Amino acid sequence: MTRLRSAKIDRSVAVVCWVSAAAVCATFGCLLIEIIRAGYAEVSWEYLTSRPLDAGRAGGIGTVLVSTVLVLLVCLAVSIPVGVGAATWLSEFTTPGSRRARFVTGCVNLLASVPSIIFGLFGMVFFSQMLNLGISILSGGLTLACMVLPIVIQTTYSGLRSAAVELRLGAAALGLSRTSTLWYLLFPAATNGVVAGLLLSLGRAMAETAALLFTSGYATRMPESLLDSGRTLSVHIYDLAINVSGAESRAYASAFVLLILLLLVNLSTSMLAERWLRTRQTA
Amino acid sequence: MSPISLRLSILSRRTVDLIAGRWFCATAVLAASIVLLILVFVVREASSALSDIGVVRFLTDDTWRPTAGAKASYGIIPMLAGSLFVTSGAVIVAGVPGVLSALLIRFYAPPFLATIHRRVIELLAGVPSVVFGFWGLVVLVPIINRLHPPGQSLLAGILILSLMILPTIALTAEAALRGVPASYSSAAAALGMGRWATIWNVSLPVARRGILAGFLLAATRAIGETMAVVMVCGNIVQVPDSLFAPVRTVTANIAMEMGDAQAEHRSALFLTGLALMVLVALFLIAAGGPRRSEVS
Repeated sequence: MTRLRSAKIDRSVAVVCWVSAAAVCATFGCLLIEIIRAGYAEVSWEYLTSRPLDAGRAGGIGTVLVSTVLVLLVCLAVSIPVGVGAATWLSEFTTPGSRRARFVTGCVNLLASVPSIIFGLFGMVFFSQMLNLGISILSGGLTLACMVLPIVIQTTYSGLRSAAVELRLGAAALGLSRTSTLWYLLFPAATNGVVAGLLLSLGRAMAETAALLFTSGYATRMPESLLDSGRTLSVHIYDLAINVSGAESRAYASAFVLLILLLLVNLSTSMLAERWLRTRQTA
Repeated sequence: MSPISLRLSILSRRTVDLIAGRWFCATAVLAASIVLLILVFVVREASSALSDIGVVRFLTDDTWRPTAGAKASYGIIPMLAGSLFVTSGAVIVAGVPGVLSALLIRFYAPPFLATIHRRVIELLAGVPSVVFGFWGLVVLVPIINRLHPPGQSLLAGILILSLMILPTIALTAEAALRGVPASYSSAAAALGMGRWATIWNVSLPVARRGILAGFLLAATRAIGETMAVVMVCGNIVQVPDSLFAPVRTVTANIAMEMGDAQAEHRSALFLTGLALMVLVALFLIAAGGPRRSEVS
């Protein structure tokens, strides 16, 4: 009797699971189709290369794309060396579980939980005002670097940890220095982790808006140096949707470009990872 | 290799090791200091509001009107309420489909479809919050507006946020269910328990802690979310009296006012930022420590 009832519940739960999953996928599908349908019609080569005019109601997103790329470059140029370094220290230069290691790990995990708007506040006070970088691409990039640092550290760390113990023991037996062991054996083994970190950071940084509002700002002119203000694509979407009336179609187009760029980043970075692995192995 | 050059190369190798070790240590110190710097700077900027205005006024003033000169008021309760309502609503709405998605992936779907569903959820997690907000503004808000004006409302915020945090809930629940030892389900099968009986009596109870931690992580994400909420919630400072009433969250308030805030007002905004960090910290403690990563 209870068995029969249990089987009945099982069937209904299965139905509910499928229905709810279908509903989630359908909602997501609606979102994607809406953005692609309305955005695709607006995007042209001219749109991608010309500068925004009339607060973004006309013109394109050329200068916005340049600012976005610059902010991302600053972010990665800082977060990758620091993140890989910190992960290497945690994995190779200190005893896991020691007080120092636990402290650094705890701080990094805490950093991963800080809301992005708080990063914006911090970047505004620390980079823009205290270090006197102003509202600039450099401030924005550095703020994002702080934000993605935990991602780089976590992925690189797990990459290094996945390297076999035999590699370390063999290198020690051959009398290789620590640096050589790292350079020739452990970093190649951790490539996957580093590239995964790069990919995730790039995606996260590209999607970020709140941390950039008060650090890299809204300027739409072509940035002449890293100390110029420049709006990124996500800030551009926000501005068009909220502050500019009659720019909805342009916001669709920008959202479409942002979604496509995120997709391209994921694809090309994983391809790069594959190729890099192959060359390292044959070298 | 002559003895001398061998010795030199050993020496330089040691120097290289030493320099590399120092560099790695320095980067680790830098990485650890960022979160402390953030805390120090937010507290420092908030301190003048703390001493000049005082915590009591933040909690007892009945509205937020920081630019009204002598009659300025600094009540953050309406915005804290806004943040908490939006967050708890989103967790409730996303909770059931999130866990159901995990059950589908683990138990009900054939492997091929389970993988596809997982991918879709991971893709959903990668959509930028500003795109969610924009979609909410142009699609969801007009629909809600037809039901009950003005459309930009607590409900819109809850629905958009629930879509954003659903991947967190689904993926952590799936990981928690995957962590249930296979021997448990074998034992359940040996006792003649059916699929649902196993899920209800064995898998879910064992994975309960992980699933709940996922809910709390999702809540930290929801309460810290800014862009999507600014775009769909209407941003009127009030304790909402219905699902269709506009609200302003703590994060939205910072995003909207920080651009041209001066002196007291600015410091007060930092204080609300500090309040936000305290809330996030409370959620994290409830979830059992900061986000568990593979590092720990």
